[in-house]
Parts: sequence; structure tokens; C-alpha cells
Amino acid sequence: MQNSQSSPDIASQQTAITARNVEVFYGDTQAIKGIDLDVRNNEVLSFIGPSGCGKSTFLRCLNRMNDTIDSCRVTGSIELDGQDIYHSSVDEVLLRAKVGMVFQKPNPFPKSIYDNIAYGPKLHGLVERKPELDEIVESSLRRAGLWEEVKDRLNEPGTGLSGGQQQRLCIARTIAVSPEVILMDEPCSALDPIATGIIEELIHDLKEKFTIVIVTHNMQQAARVSDRTAFFHLGEVVEVSETDDLFTNPKHKRTEDYITGRYG
Amino acid sequence: MEHVNSGRHISSQFDEELKEVRNAVLSMGGVVEKQLTDAIQAIKTSDHELADRVLSNDTRVNALEMDIDNACTQLIAKRQPTARDLRQIIATFKTIADLERIGDEVKRIAAVAKESFSSEQQHLLAALENLGQLVLNMLRTVLNAFARMDAEEALEVHRTDQGIDRQYEGMLRQLMTYMMEDPRSIPKIMDVVFSARSLERIGDRCQNIAEYVIYNVHGKDVRHTSDEDMEQTVRKSR
Repeated sequence: MQNSQSSPDIASQQTAITARNVEVFYGDTQAIKGIDLDVRNNEVLSFIGPSGCGKSTFLRCLNRMNDTIDSCRVTGSIELDGQDIYHSSVDEVLLRAKVGMVFQKPNPFPKSIYDNIAYGPKLHGLVERKPELDEIVESSLRRAGLWEEVKDRLNEPGTGLSGGQQQRLCIARTIAVSPEVILMDEPCSALDPIATGIIEELIHDLKEKFTIVIVTHNMQQAARVSDRTAFFHLGEVVEVSETDDLFTNPKHKRTEDYITGRYG
Repeated sequence: MEHVNSGRHISSQFDEELKEVRNAVLSMGGVVEKQLTDAIQAIKTSDHELADRVLSNDTRVNALEMDIDNACTQLIAKRQPTARDLRQIIATFKTIADLERIGDEVKRIAAVAKESFSSEQQHLLAALENLGQLVLNMLRTVLNAFARMDAEEALEVHRTDQGIDRQYEGMLRQLMTYMMEDPRSIPKIMDVVFSARSLERIGDRCQNIAEYVIYNVHGKDVRHTSDEDMEQTVRKSR
């Protein structure tokens, strides 16, 4: 929408996800109205906006999570590395490995810490031997900043960890299958400020290797963690700007009214 | 959530706090303006008592600066302001720092007003008073621009400073001639030079405040930019 498009060659190098004229309907109700948006490689892109503005719905389009909702219909095009993710030949399970998701509430499997991480790589046949799997489990937990805290209790249930640790376990589980993009739907809203700070630090580290799209209700969080921020309102993207600009000098009045708390 | 309330925050308390800070800046501006008016009057009429009052009143300016600093710090800590609210607070921090420094310059002028000048030296003071009136007008205008958050007016203030600089330079040339003509008068003339320098500095600080007003209104930092760029920023409607 507002973000300028560069030439196709350069765009394909810089852009992980390209969404064009995306519309989403729940039955007869239109939740997303013709969104055009690019997600650049190795950026953290935040979605902010009031409840019901469509930011989570749009996020869920990016790995076809909305397919699980019967009444939901998605039109327009979303490409990951130039490939239409809604094409009939696309395997949704593989897509969701490439575009992983972390949810609002930590949702570890009712299995051991080790198995939580090992599940994805085993499912996708990424490993053949146990030592390789051990390596993936360790590196994923390390990358999620959890290894030192759990290395001596890998066989204990993941559900026994604290909320913040569980969320990092879920992040480790997501990165264990080497995704390109990680979608985060309010990943810190159930966490205390300390655990939130750790996840934010982690997001900063993860963007070296991954592209991250995060939905957050906490504008300060968007301001802290993201390179660019998109403001959603009534199913549209009103403005996508560099985060530094959006919070000091937004281009649109609707953005300004929202971020300064002037909605009544 | 569908209705945009263009003026007020959801938190009316936040509105109140921002308004209080703004009013406090205007009060501080009012005190500084009065100080400068009195200092110029004290020079004009050789009123030593008035000069003393100016000197002692500077503590009020300092106290106001600290109060407003504290209120702004509280606002940042409690409200995490963004966009124009954030810019208002940043502009306020900077404006009050400049107002406080203007207060210091006024003190230097008042100190000169306490000196005794012979009747032959009175013409030196008349030139000082002229420059003082120009600077005083500039201060009043920039405080108005701040009160109304009027970027156009701020731009006008910015331009005025060039006139003040020219007058200051002309005055220095004249004072140097006097010094060469009569070296015995050098100490008194130096007092006048320092006062003129203080007035010129006040003009520069008014210019700074004008830049903060433009920043507050348009979100663009116009310090150290050309007059053309500044004008373009102000004229460009959002």
C-alpha cells in the first residue's frame, strides 16, 4: 500500500513475503480489505492497531492458518520467495515449517522438553540419526536462549516450565525446523515484564537469521523490537513506516490518533 | 474504536497533564519576558533598584525550569508519549532550557544597568536599548508562536534574527570607533559590548525556540538547515 515497490529483481532479493490485494471474509463479513504489503528479509515487522482491525487475521494468512477456519475465505495473492502460497500444489504442513508461528499463549506439547523440539525435525524428516537430532535440539534451545536453563532436565515435561520459558520453548520448537519467517501473535501478552524483556532480546537476536512478523498490542514493544511498523485499522493497512518515523512523526492522522491514545 | 476523537486523549488526565506543562512553559516565558523588559527599562532609566529586582528574580526562572523538567519527566515515565505528544514534550524540554539561559543573559544585562554612566556615555545606552527592544519583540513573538504552536510565526521569528545580527554587528563597529577615539572609556564600552552580546545571544535562543515550534508542529528537525529548507518544511501541508 504505502510502502514503495522497487524493481522486481531487487524486490525479489529483499522481499520474503509479497502480499497483494489480500481480502479475507468470515462468511459475509469482510475482515481484510485489499491489503498490499511486503515483508523484507531479516526484518522485524510489527503489526499494531485496535482490537478487531484485522492484524491477527492478516498474520494468519501468511502461513494459511486461516484455512483451519471453515467460514474463512482468502482472496488476492501472497507469495513467499516468489511462490504463491495459496497454490493448490502447496503442502500446508511444509509451508508452516517455512513460515512458523508462535502464539499468544505458550502451547508446548504435553511431552518432554526434548520431544517438543525434536517433534518437527522428525516429522519433516530433517534428521536420520539421534546425534543429529540432539544437535538440532541443543542449537534450537540455545538460539532461543533456553539451553542453560533446561539442559539438565530435557526429559521433564515442557508444561512444567514457567510461562516465559514455555514461550521460549515454543520459539525453539519453531526454529528447530529452520523456518524462513517466524510469525508471532502477541507472544508476550501472557508474560511478565522480565520474561517479556527476554523474549524481546531474543527477537532482536533472531532477526539475524530469520524474518519476523509480530502482532502486538503493546506499542512500546513494537517501537522497541521492530524495524518497520504497520498500522492496521478497520481491515486496512493505513501506514507502513520505519518504526523510528512512525512513533515520532506518523504520516497519517489515523495512525497519530491511535498511537497517541486519541481514539474515543 | 471507529470514531476518531481528534482533540482529546482517551485519558483526560493525560490531556490535563499536557495542558499544565504547556501553561507552565507559557508562565515561564512570561516571567522571562518581564525580566527582559525590566532589564531594558533599568538600562534606559539607570534604575538600580529595578536592576536588583531583575537579578533576584532569576531564581524564579530557575525554579520554573526545574518544575517543568520534573513534570515532563513524569509524563514520559507514566504516559510513554508518542508522535505529537512526544514532540511537545521534547520541544518543551529544549524550550525551557533556552528560556533559562535567556534568564541568565538578562541577568548580565541587569548587572550593566547597575553601572554608572556619565552623561556623555548615555548615547551608548540608547543604542543598547534599541537593540533590546528588537530582541524583546522577538522574544514576545516566539512565545506567541509557542503558545499557538504556529509554525508560520516561528518561521518569521527565525528570519527576524538576521536583522538583529546586523544591528549587533553595526553596533560593535560603532563601539570600536568610540574605543579608539577615547581609550579611557574602554571599560564602560566593554560593559555595553557584553550587554549587546547578551541581547544577540537571546536572539539566537529565540531562534532555537522557533525551531522547536516547527519541529513540534511538522515533526521535522530544522536545526542547521537552510532558510529555504525550513520554509519548505513549514509551507508543506501534511
